[in-house]
Amino acid sequence: MAEPKEVWITGIGLISSLGEGLDAHWDALSAKRVNVDEQRFAPYIVHPLAPVSFDAQIPKKGDQRQMEAWQRIGTYAAGLALDSAGLKGNQEILSRMDMIVAAGGGERDLNVDINILTADAAGNSQPGFLNEKLMNELRPTLFLAQLSNLLAGNIAIVHGVCGTSRTFMGEEASSIDAARIAVARIEAGQSDIALVGAAHNGERPDLLILYEFGDFNLTGQYAPVWQRKDKPGFALGSAGAFLVMESREHAEARGAKPYAKLTKVVADLARRKQPGAVTNSLQAMWPKLGVSDDKAALITGTTGAEPVTSDERAFLAQHPGLAVRATGTTFGHTMEAQFTLGLALAALSLSRGALYPANDPTGLEVEKADAPTQIVVMGAGHWQGEGLALVEAVK
Amino acid sequence: MAAPRDKSGRPIVVVTGMGILTSLGAGKTDNWTRLTAGESGIKTVTRFPIDGLKTTMAGAIDFVKVDPFSSTGLSERLAVLAIEEALDQSGIGSKGDFPGPLFLAVAPVETEWPQRLEVGRTIGRPDFTTMDVLRASGGGRFADNHHRFMFGSVANNLADSFGTKGSPISLSTACASGATAIQLGVEAIRRGETDAALCVATDGSVNPEAMVRFSLLSALSTQNDPPQAASKPFSKNRDGFVMAEGAGALVLESYDAAMARGARILGVVAGCGELTDSFHRTRSAPDGKPAIGCVRKTLADAGMEPEQIDHINAHGTSTPENDKMEYLATSAVFGDHTSKIPVSSNKSAVGHTISAAGAVEAIYSLLTLEHQRIPPTLNYEVPDPAIPFDVVGNKARDARVTAVMSNSFGFGGQNASLILTREPA
Repeated sequence: MAEPKEVWITGIGLISSLGEGLDAHWDALSAKRVNVDEQRFAPYIVHPLAPVSFDAQIPKKGDQRQMEAWQRIGTYAAGLALDSAGLKGNQEILSRMDMIVAAGGGERDLNVDINILTADAAGNSQPGFLNEKLMNELRPTLFLAQLSNLLAGNIAIVHGVCGTSRTFMGEEASSIDAARIAVARIEAGQSDIALVGAAHNGERPDLLILYEFGDFNLTGQYAPVWQRKDKPGFALGSAGAFLVMESREHAEARGAKPYAKLTKVVADLARRKQPGAVTNSLQAMWPKLGVSDDKAALITGTTGAEPVTSDERAFLAQHPGLAVRATGTTFGHTMEAQFTLGLALAALSLSRGALYPANDPTGLEVEKADAPTQIVVMGAGHWQGEGLALVEAVK
Repeated sequence: MAAPRDKSGRPIVVVTGMGILTSLGAGKTDNWTRLTAGESGIKTVTRFPIDGLKTTMAGAIDFVKVDPFSSTGLSERLAVLAIEEALDQSGIGSKGDFPGPLFLAVAPVETEWPQRLEVGRTIGRPDFTTMDVLRASGGGRFADNHHRFMFGSVANNLADSFGTKGSPISLSTACASGATAIQLGVEAIRRGETDAALCVATDGSVNPEAMVRFSLLSALSTQNDPPQAASKPFSKNRDGFVMAEGAGALVLESYDAAMARGARILGVVAGCGELTDSFHRTRSAPDGKPAIGCVRKTLADAGMEPEQIDHINAHGTSTPENDKMEYLATSAVFGDHTSKIPVSSNKSAVGHTISAAGAVEAIYSLLTLEHQRIPPTLNYEVPDPAIPFDVVGNKARDARVTAVMSNSFGFGGQNASLILTREPA
């Protein structure tokens, strides 16, 4: 086998509760700003998307109408990533650019659902009732806004990213695997350049219901992730995070500047019936990263849900020198997008030569005075799957 | 001796185990017998009331039971049965310890109607809101719904049962999903990351809302009577596809690893290709360019010339546009050779198994290579003059088949093709 190729992050697209673009995020993180809404779905808490004009990246209103919020968020963030990599409109590269999107599904029509549920509860549900309601009340194109692979489909249509197109599903793990497979393909020469990312609309009662089944939602009052010990749970967040990854030689040949190098991505599926399984899995993966700086930074997508958050704390306790940042405190839990969000913030921090300040009243997060050269990104799903990545400064 | 490699110097990827379930039955033997006998698995739906539906038939798998029923639960059960058959044939690893990763094509998951209605009924009054449903969902009463309706649930449970290694990947590329699962396995073996991969595709989506969704997009055939005549790829009077359920599982191994353990090689995945169509969310570019590119990339990946393909296992959905585009793309690549290639669509018999189709049809393609017999395209009574393929109509045909191209062209511009051969090139 040939020597693995170096993978650079040359484009970052970010949109979240803090705003859009890299400067807005850097400023908000530096000011420790958090945008949280405790009222709209009270007692459930969400981090709502900051106001955004989708026209800037999705110029055709017809395209916007064909999408639901999660697809608009993702297509927008993908456009920002392509802009930041200097690839917008570059037909030659876009037509062979690979894409891996981590996705859930789209919003349901809640009015249709509640009409059916209330009619059923009133005893008004003869055979065929469900069929009739769905046939008559569902908007025909809604399906296209719900299909997981149609975020990638919309990115292809709006931005022309037309090499391979793969959509991974499976909550938090899906974006860890998206990054892992993209890196493996580029390292092995199976791909030169790839768009990798995810989008999440956290302002969705149907998703709140899904996670409420498992009692995972944070309720009542917002608290930073590390302060939820007595009241575990996550507040869903809205975000789109996309990255352009490419081989160093491909980037250099087109004169693209790197934000950072993505050195390694590892993932596993701990059998969580055993207490401490996630701690052990993260510990087992750690040596594969090649972290040489014991004062490195670590950006984690820690959910605040238990028991996995305790497992992550136990893992972090074994690496006391790390400057930790939990994205959940600021952005909420953006599910499929959380790991690419972490990668994006790591690359952004390395490119700015600083780690943004801690935002944690418990003291687990400590300040980092010097410029980071290595940032580990961590993700452990609220229910299943975990992974780590190493992002490094390009010297 | 140097390890055998393909023309591009990569490890050769072979198939050593296959498992399949479709509306025709469970297992390779039943499937092959019925498929080549020209039987259809399409029936009028009995799983739920069909009142008010425009399309009332499907290739549902009713001989596999799951309780409580959900499409996701059925998808998982179908996958388990297909994997067991594939592992049994392959003899790889040991029980609960498969020596490689899992790539699973699975339909997108969401909470389903029986479960949703159950929550609604606990509220105890008829005038409630979505927020009331939300408040009624917690407290652990419905914890199983969370675990069942995670997108990753099927893959995670399979990884647990079969002991696959690492983080299992759940993927959806619409109607190309099954082919994508195989492609991911091929790529992992070619990278030298693993000697084996378990590539699985499953779909148990025949439920009221899924049928309504496709129906509202006018994608489904409405020729309900008789149901087995509805799916008629390449016929002039085709009017849409027929939804179906199924699962296919393939054990992929590097040629070296398979030879080293003395495994029987069932076929070779000689090439994979993929190219996205950005024309429209449900329609293919009318000039067929992306599909043409996909087929060309696949030939290039296999290091083969068009003339070396002697059978096409078509995507052949039986929708008016897709079948036409498939001919257009095929003839653009194969030129004069097109008329010499026998073409058939398994969807005429088993329906469109959607997320599973790419894997189900890859398995039928490998069985075609094994038996040197091409399964028929059913209901080929009124050939479409605009699609002058050599369609293997209605009756199976014995033929010399050395290389099969299997195509998947789906919603969202997802195009993927595979080339399967009997022996390493």
